[in-house]
Amino acid sequence: MRINRRKFLKIASISVLGFGVKPTIDLFAGHEAKAKIKQSPKALRAKRWAMVIDLRKMNEEIAKKCIEACHRFHNVPHIPDKKREIKWIWTEPFEHAFPGQSHEFLGTELIEKPVLVLCNNCDNPPCVQVCPTKATFKREDGIVMMDMHRCIGCRFCMAACPYGSRSFNWMDPRPYIEKENPEYPTREKGVVEKCDFCAERLDKGLMPLCVEASEGAIIFGDLEDPESEVRRVLRERYSIQRKPELGTGPSIFYLI
Amino acid sequence: MYDGGKILTGLVIGIALLTFPLWYNLGKAAKVAEPKLTPKAEQAKYCVEPKEYMVAEHMALLDKWRNWVVRDGYRVYVGFNGKEYDMSLQNTCMDCHSNKKKFCDECHNYAGVKPYCWTCHLEPKEEE
Amino acid sequence: MFEKALQGSRKYWALVCFLAALVGLGFILFLWQLKVGLKITGMSRDVSWGFYIAQFTYLVGVAAGGVMVALPCYFHNYKVFGRITVLGEFLAVAAIVMCLLFIIIDLGKPMRCLNVLLHPTPNSILFWDMVVLNVYLLLNLIVGWMALESERYEVPPPKWVKFLAYFSVVWAPCIHIVTAFIYCGLPGRHFWLTAIMAPRFLASAFAAGPSFIVLFCLIIRKFTKFDPGKQAIQTLGKIITYTIIINFCFFLFEVFTTFYSQIPEHMNHFKYLFVGLKGHAKLVPWMWVSLIGMFIVCILLAIPAIRRNEGSLAFCCVLVIVTTWIDKGLGLVTGGFVPNPLEEITEYWPTVPEALITLGVWATGFLVLTILYKVAISINEELGE
Repeated sequence: MRINRRKFLKIASISVLGFGVKPTIDLFAGHEAKAKIKQSPKALRAKRWAMVIDLRKMNEEIAKKCIEACHRFHNVPHIPDKKREIKWIWTEPFEHAFPGQSHEFLGTELIEKPVLVLCNNCDNPPCVQVCPTKATFKREDGIVMMDMHRCIGCRFCMAACPYGSRSFNWMDPRPYIEKENPEYPTREKGVVEKCDFCAERLDKGLMPLCVEASEGAIIFGDLEDPESEVRRVLRERYSIQRKPELGTGPSIFYLI
Repeated sequence: MYDGGKILTGLVIGIALLTFPLWYNLGKAAKVAEPKLTPKAEQAKYCVEPKEYMVAEHMALLDKWRNWVVRDGYRVYVGFNGKEYDMSLQNTCMDCHSNKKKFCDECHNYAGVKPYCWTCHLEPKEEE
Repeated sequence: MFEKALQGSRKYWALVCFLAALVGLGFILFLWQLKVGLKITGMSRDVSWGFYIAQFTYLVGVAAGGVMVALPCYFHNYKVFGRITVLGEFLAVAAIVMCLLFIIIDLGKPMRCLNVLLHPTPNSILFWDMVVLNVYLLLNLIVGWMALESERYEVPPPKWVKFLAYFSVVWAPCIHIVTAFIYCGLPGRHFWLTAIMAPRFLASAFAAGPSFIVLFCLIIRKFTKFDPGKQAIQTLGKIITYTIIINFCFFLFEVFTTFYSQIPEHMNHFKYLFVGLKGHAKLVPWMWVSLIGMFIVCILLAIPAIRRNEGSLAFCCVLVIVTTWIDKGLGLVTGGFVPNPLEEITEYWPTVPEALITLGVWATGFLVLTILYKVAISINEELGE
């Protein structure tokens, strides 16, 4: 059979395309029934989780306890090089936590107050908007989650976050973890991480670790529930947020 | 043949490279993998799904677990016998199968795969 | 046609080997980066994008600059550019290859890069960037190759090539508009949050791209029998003049808005770049070289006598490339991250491995360019005989 080169190439390419039929069909195949999975009965539910940090009750000691509790449980490494550090929750002086809302005549108490800062789990998060793979996404209850399996490490979310809440693993973090917690995974180099309001604890009916360690300085609850403690406290006291003018809708409020 | 010398040499080298895995391992049949269960796993009698299913599909199951846990917020899995499990490689699977070297690694090494699960999911400390 | 790339003079092979060596060095260091992590670069928690993304930002403009040659030729029948459209298209191919490589080596997990396609996210500009860059690469590759082949066999190109050529001219601004959108939509970065970001990208692209083409034309004329034509080079010179002046003006507009409104959060980024902030001033000399250099080149290029002399024109093109590179490749990315959203300062400077890997990627681009240009030039020489 005589066949010229063009015809051969045409037939060959169509055959190769033919190999793609089964995988394509598999891709669109229906998923198994979800009858095998359920949520834990103890899981805490909310329409929008929020946190209120009472700066009047906050001091260095309590802040340290909160940070230790979080970082220890979540295997957050302690990296001495400030350029590569990873932190989910830390303290900042007032003028750095609220750059647009401080002035040069603040009282000493406020200047020296350690403000606990962490991911605001915003209602309109710019990081979720820019993530090209939906590795960071907003859960139904308002928590901005990190899917470590999908993150490609492009760090677009880090550029987008107006609060500097996100950290990147510039190298393998394991050598820098003092004491590994066997109940929680570590991360590996190349992915971004941040606080996620202890979503894994909420799903089991437990409060976030920083809330538990704060001796009452941090209140946590459902912002959409008018009877919750967070709503009550926001009604009674004056509160501010970080960079509210950007429209990100942060879920953390600070009582001054 | 035009350029016959070069073609034949190239052909011989090419075929040698292609069949390398066959003749390099001649006479060295690898031992069939025998994963060992821990006492805890023996006591439990069954896994979340039947053994045959787990052997064939545990990677796909873990994949589904992680999407259900991380992305959908479900934490509880109902096994084939109605028992409920927390969907967690580190806390559920490795709790029973805490001997990674004699269990997980047995088959993985035999099949020549290196899943990187344990770069993040801490494996239980084993005594030598 | 590709056989033309396999036959060449000693100088050609020397160039190819030299570039290949640089590529090899960059590749080995990249393997080390894959093993150890991005800690071998100078990037930090505060300056999370650095040299790699800066190069990508600059080169995306160079890639689109090729359209400055294609547009007059295809849309307005400006036949003077007829001989060099293929040079513009192949420059675009090489530049886009570099862009894609820079993005991939900057990723924390490059083996997962297909996730962008498996989980398409239309609200993410990075997704559109991937789409737009790859389409542009294909367009230029196809159009350039087909146009060259048609020229070789002295037949008019098929109609669909013409359609794709028009489409690529329309598509070209998209690639750096999308890249500008990566920066100018982020609410927390005041240095970048300006509508003029996209026009600035366009202006510097249309200055830098043709500058590369002018330099390549002069080099090609010196080393081969292919002559792009004096008039083509002169017209490009005029285009570069106008666009570099516009680029400089856009920068001045930014300075006015920032310093007349006196908003500290906006001024701080400019202050860090040009006078230093709280003692941190690593980039200050570079930014002034870029600014003064750009001003000088605006004046020089505006003088017709300087443009007409190809030697001084070449000097001006080099100056345009250097100043726009400092501006986009160093100042833009670092300036956006310093100071950070909490008004703290962490400076950035590329490390040696980072610089060498970058060099490797540039060498890859130049290698691609050398091979493609060799094909184009050889065919033109063949036709000329």
